[in-house]
Amino acid sequence: MKAGIVVFPGSNRERDLAAAFQRATGQKPIFLWHGDSEIPDLDLIALPGGFAYGDYLRCGAMAAHSPVMREIRVRAAAGVPILGVCNGFQVLTEAGILPGALLPNRSLAFHCHDVRLRVENSQTIFTCGYEAGGVIRVPVAHHDGNYTADAETLDRLEDKGLVAFRYCDEAGGLSEDANFNGSARSIAGIFNDSRNVLGLMPHPENATDPLLGGTDGCAFFEGLVGALQ
Amino acid sequence: MTGAATETLAAEHGLTKEEFARASAILDRAPNLVELGIFSAMWSEHCSYKSSKTWLKTLPTTGPRIICGPGENAGIVDIGDGEAVVFKIESHNHPSFIEPYQGAATGVGGILRDVFTMGARPVALLDSLRFGSPDHPKTRHLLSGVVAGIGGYGNCIGVPTVGGECGFDPAYNGNILVNAMCVGLARADRIFYSRASGPGNAVVYVGAKTGRDGIHGATMASAEFGGDAGEKRPTVQVGDPFTEKLLLEACLELMAGEAIVAIQDMGAAGLTSSSVEMAGKGGLGIELDLDRVPVREAGMTAYEIMLSESQERMLMILKPGGEDEARRVFEKWQLDFAVIGRVTDSGRLVLKKDGAVAAEIPIAPLVGEAPLYERPYEARAPAAEIDPSSLPERDPVACLSRLLGSPDLSSKRRIWEQYDHLVQGNTVQRPGGDAAVIRVAPSGKALALATDCTPRYCRADPKRGGMQAVAESWRNLSAVGALPLAITNCLNFGNPERPRIMGELVGAVAGMREACLALQYPVVSGNVSLYNETMGEAVLPTPVIGGVGLLADAARAIDLGLKREGDALILVGETKGHLGASIYLREIEDRRDGAPPPVDLAAEKRNGDFVRGQILAGRVAACHDLSDGGLLVALAEMAMAGMRGARLEAATGDLPAHAFWFGEDQARYLVETAEPESLLAAAHAAQVPARRIGTVEGAALTLFGRNAISVSALKATNEAWLAHYMAQG
Repeated sequence: MKAGIVVFPGSNRERDLAAAFQRATGQKPIFLWHGDSEIPDLDLIALPGGFAYGDYLRCGAMAAHSPVMREIRVRAAAGVPILGVCNGFQVLTEAGILPGALLPNRSLAFHCHDVRLRVENSQTIFTCGYEAGGVIRVPVAHHDGNYTADAETLDRLEDKGLVAFRYCDEAGGLSEDANFNGSARSIAGIFNDSRNVLGLMPHPENATDPLLGGTDGCAFFEGLVGALQ
Repeated sequence: MTGAATETLAAEHGLTKEEFARASAILDRAPNLVELGIFSAMWSEHCSYKSSKTWLKTLPTTGPRIICGPGENAGIVDIGDGEAVVFKIESHNHPSFIEPYQGAATGVGGILRDVFTMGARPVALLDSLRFGSPDHPKTRHLLSGVVAGIGGYGNCIGVPTVGGECGFDPAYNGNILVNAMCVGLARADRIFYSRASGPGNAVVYVGAKTGRDGIHGATMASAEFGGDAGEKRPTVQVGDPFTEKLLLEACLELMAGEAIVAIQDMGAAGLTSSSVEMAGKGGLGIELDLDRVPVREAGMTAYEIMLSESQERMLMILKPGGEDEARRVFEKWQLDFAVIGRVTDSGRLVLKKDGAVAAEIPIAPLVGEAPLYERPYEARAPAAEIDPSSLPERDPVACLSRLLGSPDLSSKRRIWEQYDHLVQGNTVQRPGGDAAVIRVAPSGKALALATDCTPRYCRADPKRGGMQAVAESWRNLSAVGALPLAITNCLNFGNPERPRIMGELVGAVAGMREACLALQYPVVSGNVSLYNETMGEAVLPTPVIGGVGLLADAARAIDLGLKREGDALILVGETKGHLGASIYLREIEDRRDGAPPPVDLAAEKRNGDFVRGQILAGRVAACHDLSDGGLLVALAEMAMAGMRGARLEAATGDLPAHAFWFGEDQARYLVETAEPESLLAAAHAAQVPARRIGTVEGAALTLFGRNAISVSALKATNEAWLAHYMAQG
């Protein structure tokens, strides 16, 4: 499987993501430079966490207009799997590839800790390693992860099964406390209509090693790689 | 050149009459304004260490693993397999008090540059913070600003903030302490130094543009600045972590090639100290054309350009022919790149501006004849020891709750959860334990990292306090199974011109020296911050120790959380019930007197080596060093970390209960093991005092079958204080 990870100036979790892919595939993904307007044929393109262009103006706003994003918009429309994690999710919403926006957390503070996620739809290439309704533990590390969209969009996401993950408690229940950043309907990650694009705030790539406090992210990468091979 | 400076102007630059005379003698004439600015910066306490150098020189700085000790941007220690760890701690106290967010953020930015300028990729940040009384009207604002600033910088640049400490005392009401430590990894044969060589080589400026921010923190008459007070910018610099991230990646990319001769970051005193130090180390001269320096605003004078402390800038000396490669890399990362001068063999710093010579100073005396003071000092009369039986008996469980809910011992989760401590994917042990553990991929080794100081001990007895800070650092690393390698220190004191303060510095350094020697734990880098004082009120003497240890196998690291029902709890080390200068005395009895606990360095070494050996032998399930609050606080912290209870059946011997539970005797560890017999036998053989004091059991702490409290109640108390305090902001 050929995966590419976009590096924007200010990306900082591209190596974390590369290590998770390498663990799942045995192959190193290639890095794509933000200024490249042409990119090779790839089975998957990932947008990593970080602070692209310093997140100045708004998170992901400037990155959404970088040369590489023009090509990514074309690939997304052509059905190439695109994964955006954290800042990558913010870039995808700013680019209009995914609906909604990510506002500052309810606390107005950065949050770095483990959270529980409920898998809402396991019938996709990204989530086929999980059971629907299953609860996984992965970390978050963001200041702007408060997912927001208008009611119509939220209804559509729910009706069409486009909600990928929700913040929940250990038993899978939804609550104000578990929804620590204040996201609409506890949404932690969403698909596009054809489910070849996923954006999520949490970091499954940081939960792929028993030594580092968790392996619930392994099934994410193994499932994805399995589906694409 | 501009006109000659006067003694009055020199005084406004912080130079004494004698220092001004010395500068004039070096030049054989009175310095002009630009030269005066350069002398005052280079001879400032911050750059010259003129009050502390005599004492710093007594610290041990060498060892078989030490590649580079103090004097460079950071210290370097060999960790085997061709790898080296590069680290340093630095203060940003004064700016953080004036503007907490930017002060703390640029403190982080500065220490990061010190590490990557040597060719190391930064892999961890830590901090050591001291604030005034929580009741003081400024404290909440300062705390939230500093924490947001540290997070804002570290989170953006993508270096995990993995550990630190945070304490409160009214002595910091007028002067907070913000110390930041950075740890990086480099190939041992790919380290970059700051020594210039090769007359004719290009001097290159890279990074952000130079602005008028941070010019000369010293008091400055506005008339000499250029007239318009409205032109003045605050003396606090403004940080841009995004630019620093680009600078980091660009420098490391260029360092993979062969273009660089020497490199130095522009930190305190900016272009002045970087150019002078590089040339001085090489015994060479340097000529700069200041018209070529990338500037943020028009009309900047030579004085402003030389003394600006704008952030995210580097100075490099390139090999002949290296310019094209360097320019390509820096332009790729969209950073400024300018050849601003040449290395010369004149031995002089020559600055040109608008086609004329703006300053000319011989470098050797500027660096080598910096003033050095042996300031008078007085040792303090030792505080009286406290007899624990003179204190009233109290309910230990109620006291425990009070202590765990006090500002100093309360959980600092609310702080470290605002720091990205996971980025880079190597954090084996997260904040909240004795030491953070960071994997060194791909070898599978790990580094253990901690910052430590107990200022109330240092106030009561500077020498014991200095010794204890080193010993606690060594213990914290040993408690996770790491072999302590070396330290970096940040010495925060008041005004050294007062003999009492100088006595604190001298005492603390003497204590550190003894401990470093006995524990084979040398100092490889550091920073001194003096004049932390307002209206004659000095901070507590706070010599912060940043410790770095090594584990051959990251998977062997042990944390403090209790693990298994039925495991034995073994107390390692001797318990004498020392309560002088303790947290118990302060929080429960409202007393701040007494001598701090003595430090028996031989016992520290013996007990620590034993515990580390048992961890590496696989006999230890959890381990915690005993420090603030003594045995019962340590046990509670282990219980809360593992969310398990324990039953304690230990007799207190001849000691009053409060002395047994809360005494702060040193050289002690609490260890959980499934093999108590073999561990106790090994302790006996090693002549290490060890006894079983209880068993992991249930969900509550039970003392002698009566006083019991649930671990979840303890945790709620421990988490409440800071959460509540910060929420009120």
